[in-house]
Amino acid sequence: MEDFTYTRPSSLSDAATAHGNADDAMYMSGGQTLIPVLKQGLAMPTDIVDLNAIGDLAGIEVAGGFVTIGAMTRHAVVAASAEVKSAIPALAVLAGGIGDPQVRNRGTIGGSLANNDPSADYPSAVMGLNATVVTDQRELAAEDYFDGMFATNLEPGEIIKAVKFPIPEKAGYAKFPNPASRYALVGVFVAKTASGVRVAVTGAGQEGVFRAASIEDALSGDFSAAAVDGATVPTDDLMNDMHADPEYRANLIKVMAKRAVDRANGQG
Amino acid sequence: MPEISLTVNGERVTKSVEGRTLLVEFIRESLKLTGTHIGCDTSQCGACTVHLNGKAVKSCTMLAAQADGAEITTIEGLAPEGQLNPMQKAFNENHGLQCGFCTPGMVMRAMALVAENPNPTEEEVRHGLDGNICRCTGYQNIVAAVLDGAKAMRG
Repeated sequence: MEDFTYTRPSSLSDAATAHGNADDAMYMSGGQTLIPVLKQGLAMPTDIVDLNAIGDLAGIEVAGGFVTIGAMTRHAVVAASAEVKSAIPALAVLAGGIGDPQVRNRGTIGGSLANNDPSADYPSAVMGLNATVVTDQRELAAEDYFDGMFATNLEPGEIIKAVKFPIPEKAGYAKFPNPASRYALVGVFVAKTASGVRVAVTGAGQEGVFRAASIEDALSGDFSAAAVDGATVPTDDLMNDMHADPEYRANLIKVMAKRAVDRANGQG
Repeated sequence: MPEISLTVNGERVTKSVEGRTLLVEFIRESLKLTGTHIGCDTSQCGACTVHLNGKAVKSCTMLAAQADGAEITTIEGLAPEGQLNPMQKAFNENHGLQCGFCTPGMVMRAMALVAENPNPTEEEVRHGLDGNICRCTGYQNIVAAVLDGAKAMRG
């Protein structure tokens, strides 16, 4: 690994300043993706600005119909949170299925979303629940936040502070994990809300997380696993790699959607 | 180079490290505590598992500088020299190892698992060891050892 200048500021403004003053800085949150990336030389920043010492970036609050999760909140904390389990159980299930226990003790929701791996779990919850990403500069709706594989609409130096999830009527998440990496080969988050049904798919799209319109339509009239059978998932924009071809992924999307609906309905 | 100050197995340590120094490199090369193993170095295998403020983490996937101010426990810190703690003893008695390379990480993860869940089911143990890979045993005796170790630690 190439060396870099390491700083650990204690405030958001100091972090932004450190980032701005460096030639080529990257923020580090949990580091569970970034450190492997640095080891492989896929990124060679001059500076690492560690966000772990900034107060108030971690924590969970349930109020006013929202679950708000601080950006530095570890996956293990979300998975074990009684408040999250009560308000949006699917979100606790999702967090508890990321990586492995050691990874969940370090990895953070903000880091996962900033990286936007096309097979990561959290993007599906943000898109599926129509969450809002709160940064040190503004608030971004889910649809305005994601910008394709490993890309977001965060500006250089912008820091995620928290994610606000509206509490749905019901929601479920199901994923088919790659047995080696435990990333989603396909993961589907379904949510039934007052303003309609949302179905978000991770692990399958060439441009990262996306909404499966045909399954949303099928579930709008009948929120049951059987209703998914009638939907057709287009294969045009699905990933094709050594693990699965687009047709296989399209089928898995329906299978995972059915499991997620069953879980949302308390049957899975 | 950042200077870091932390507690390792109950002893205060202060040293300079490079920004890029991994926690596992610091533990093995600066502190000469070679019980913590480097297996895959890609965050998969868990041989490098240590406790960071009581939580199991992969020390190959954390910078040494990030452990500044923390309490670290390695396999050497589990029991006084020459003795085995109940989990180590359970691995011994259940033959929960063959080559032994993964064992320090397995034991560290098992200790954290039992601290969080003193009476785990077999399924909870298997899921709890998701982040630790053993290429010899097929896991049967490791799972038996963790269940036995948990029982011994409940007293």
